[in-house]
Amino acid sequence: MTTALTFIVLALVGIAIWQMTKIFELTQIKNENAQIANDQDNKNQGYLMFAFLIFIYGITIFSFVKYSKFLLPESSSAHGAEYDNLMLISFVIIFIVQTITQALLHYFGYKYRGKTGNKAHFYVENHKLELIWTFIPMVVLAVLIGWGLYTWTNIMDVNDEDNPLIIELYAQQFQWSARYGGTDNVLGGANVRMIDIDRANVLGLDESDSYATDDVIVRELHLPVGRKVNFKMRSQDVLHSAYMPHFRAQMNCVPGMTTEFSFTPTKTTKEIRLDPDVIDKVARTNKIRAEKAANGADNSEPWEYDYILLCNKICGKSHYNMQMKIIVETQEEYEAWMKTQKTFGQTMTSMQ
Amino acid sequence: MSAATAHVDDHAHDDHGHHHHKETFVTKYIFSQDHKMIAKQYLITGVLFMGFIGIAMSLMFRMQLAWPAESFAIFEAVLGDWAPEGVMDADMYLALVTMHGTIMVFFVLTAGLSGTFSNLLIPLQIGARDMASGFLNMLSFWMFFVSCVIMVLSLFVEAGPAAAGWTIYPPLSAVELAQPGSGLGMTLWLSSMAIFIASSLLGSLNYIVTVLNLRTKGMSMSRLPLTIWAFFITAIIGVISFPVLLSAALLLIMDRSFGTSFFLSDIFIQGEVLHYQGGSPVLFEHLFWFLGHPEVYIVLLPALGITSEVMATNARKPIFGYRAMVASIMAIAFLSTIVWGHHMFISGMNPFLGSVFTFTTLLIAIPSAVKAFNYITTLWKGNLQLNPAMLFSIALVSTFITGGLTGIILGDSTLDINVHDTYFVVAHFHLVMGISALYGLFAGVYHWFPKMFEGRLMNKNLGYVHFWVTAVCAYGVFFPMHFVGMAGVPRRYYENTAFPMFDELTDVQVLMTVFALIAGAAQLIFVYNFVTSMFSNKIGPKNPWKSTTLEWTAEVKHIHGNWDGPIPHVHRWAYDYSKVDENGEYIIPGQDYVPQTVPLQKDEEELNH
Repeated sequence: MTTALTFIVLALVGIAIWQMTKIFELTQIKNENAQIANDQDNKNQGYLMFAFLIFIYGITIFSFVKYSKFLLPESSSAHGAEYDNLMLISFVIIFIVQTITQALLHYFGYKYRGKTGNKAHFYVENHKLELIWTFIPMVVLAVLIGWGLYTWTNIMDVNDEDNPLIIELYAQQFQWSARYGGTDNVLGGANVRMIDIDRANVLGLDESDSYATDDVIVRELHLPVGRKVNFKMRSQDVLHSAYMPHFRAQMNCVPGMTTEFSFTPTKTTKEIRLDPDVIDKVARTNKIRAEKAANGADNSEPWEYDYILLCNKICGKSHYNMQMKIIVETQEEYEAWMKTQKTFGQTMTSMQ
Repeated sequence: MSAATAHVDDHAHDDHGHHHHKETFVTKYIFSQDHKMIAKQYLITGVLFMGFIGIAMSLMFRMQLAWPAESFAIFEAVLGDWAPEGVMDADMYLALVTMHGTIMVFFVLTAGLSGTFSNLLIPLQIGARDMASGFLNMLSFWMFFVSCVIMVLSLFVEAGPAAAGWTIYPPLSAVELAQPGSGLGMTLWLSSMAIFIASSLLGSLNYIVTVLNLRTKGMSMSRLPLTIWAFFITAIIGVISFPVLLSAALLLIMDRSFGTSFFLSDIFIQGEVLHYQGGSPVLFEHLFWFLGHPEVYIVLLPALGITSEVMATNARKPIFGYRAMVASIMAIAFLSTIVWGHHMFISGMNPFLGSVFTFTTLLIAIPSAVKAFNYITTLWKGNLQLNPAMLFSIALVSTFITGGLTGIILGDSTLDINVHDTYFVVAHFHLVMGISALYGLFAGVYHWFPKMFEGRLMNKNLGYVHFWVTAVCAYGVFFPMHFVGMAGVPRRYYENTAFPMFDELTDVQVLMTVFALIAGAAQLIFVYNFVTSMFSNKIGPKNPWKSTTLEWTAEVKHIHGNWDGPIPHVHRWAYDYSKVDENGEYIIPGQDYVPQTVPLQKDEEELNH
């Protein structure tokens, strides 16, 4: 239905354009300069230039009104608050500059539309003016660079202070696994050359490494709230990217090397579900899904809000569906969950 | 200043232009060594033909994104087995995205844009009979043509064309087990690109030598039109960075076909461990982006150069801050070669390196800002002749600002973390380099069409319709796209239905696709206008836009050697529009421009040199 409608719209637009050009052609005076803008053209196009400025503002306002609510909710990680602040400031600057420069550009396009007999102002350069608009961006950018680099250095400083939880994120076409260090919180050695599918050693852990015995491998990421997590990323086949948008966290997974990222989750899954923005989002989404269900479509069951880990580096056919659920919970809940998980050692013994 | 140009003196007086070579159909239209013909060959192959394919591909995957898994008869007709029952296959989606990127960036906007206008304008605007080497120039075009043929052929490979993204990061692009497109499709992609790079190098060297050696008497570097400055610097960046892509491609070919491990290590795929050991995909990323980032300026600078010229001519005003513009072009060119790491903040590269690249990247905003402000000031108190070319130039500045500003977010390593590889990036670079460069291209075609087709002009009203539909739709597609990215939607997803959190964004996708389809349709107006104007028998005036530059003094009828008589000499810079004497009268009474060939008048002050 939508498709048919779209094509009808396209056809109508096509006809409109065809008719417009016919009218234009009929009104044209046949002379050598027919294809060069005359005063009438300059006038029309000048007005359109002004209309276009209104269009740019219009689409900006429209997008903000309609789409702002789609943006990610407030960050659920400790460093995320700083990230969101910097983002906000950058956007404020961007919008001020955007509003002013577009206004000048299009207003000048309208105001100085050509007219026979008008004389343009021969204006070659003005060092003072040029210095000003070199200097202002320089100062603004210096502030942004300084702030950005300060934040960046803090975020990317992956260290062992504050007893972080060590978790490996393991990527393969097209699924994620997570490996916990176990009771000793140390990951055992691993390499793709030690993968033994028959014995269910799918992450290639070193079976002779005592650190590996108590490792826990899972398909759903559980994180205790308020504790720093140091992630070690690995990939067994192609590049993947561990993207956790709710935590403002992302790092590529590169075959042949281990990459790192660290953050502290600050809100449990239960808490984020109570966030007013999130409640609204879930309500809107479930309305769409209910409509889909009414039409008998698949993938339309009601949705509950969850943190999610997405693959964000093109990795092949099912790239679009490579995900893992993230559950942030209290320390007690986390421990209770962890107790129900089998360690690598137990899995290996059970295979024998 | 004039000493530097003394050596072209004798050339200017040769009788090269007088004798008429016997030309057959083959030497005139096919293996032509004439720069004007080669420019047209680039335009038709690179822009019209490859551009059609590239844009058509984008419309197809936009339809898939708006109406996921819906059946379209057009998919079945075009994609055949890749769209069983009209539903696009996920591998084909990736292939379309990859080929769209490759074709648009390299074939349309690098070869199509630079190839067309560098070839057309360098000899004409500096006052040369032709390129330094007509033969190399011809070779450059035909190598480009071969690379186009190979790239197009790869679309018909059974396992599908390359599908690893236009950046072809290994291991995905190196291991056939990872993706069917990484078989023969990728081999052809790499072969095509290797030939493309060779072609681009031959072209660039030719442009550089021509600009340095063949300027007519009086045409000092500081009197060059900004178009030529832009093409010249673009060619230099090309020569510096394209060889690095060639080395990346060669090493990738070695990894793929000869078992080396430059980029590969520790790979377990489909039940087997591959033998590769010790390579690093991050190395490939460095090599790729060492070209890849300068590449966006290779695309953009010529467009900015064209805009400078078109804007000054149509504003009837000199370009504001000529020297600042040249300095900005140079600063952008220099910085562009040391910012590539901003594509790799979260690649696993050392975070300290990330800091350095943030610093250099945000610096590039300064010359870009200077350029934008100078364009705006050029319009101020002008007498704007709003021809289609002028509209496209103004719109270029608009999208350059809109797209450039979001670069502040992406160039900041911190902020990049959460928007990296999302639709935010797609929106950013399409506006700042894709749409802007296309606007520059259109501005160039409308403006210099009479130079390409012996005095014929394109229909202005069709041009206006083309412009306004395109301008509205371009923002219609890419402005909302920022929000999709900020909502966390990754790029290169075949569909977003696997994540309920993206359900409510489907409406935005539909909106963007409808705008894209209308924009695509609007390009047909351009093609129609182009073809009918090409065969029209109405010849316009010799200098239709009343421009000061040399190309408008050349013969309207194409002759080998451009000027029938001796090459004109140059006595002033290219921007004496609306220049007045002390009494406020135009230098040449009744004419608001002074061509470069007119000597300085008595008591006239030469500005800006």
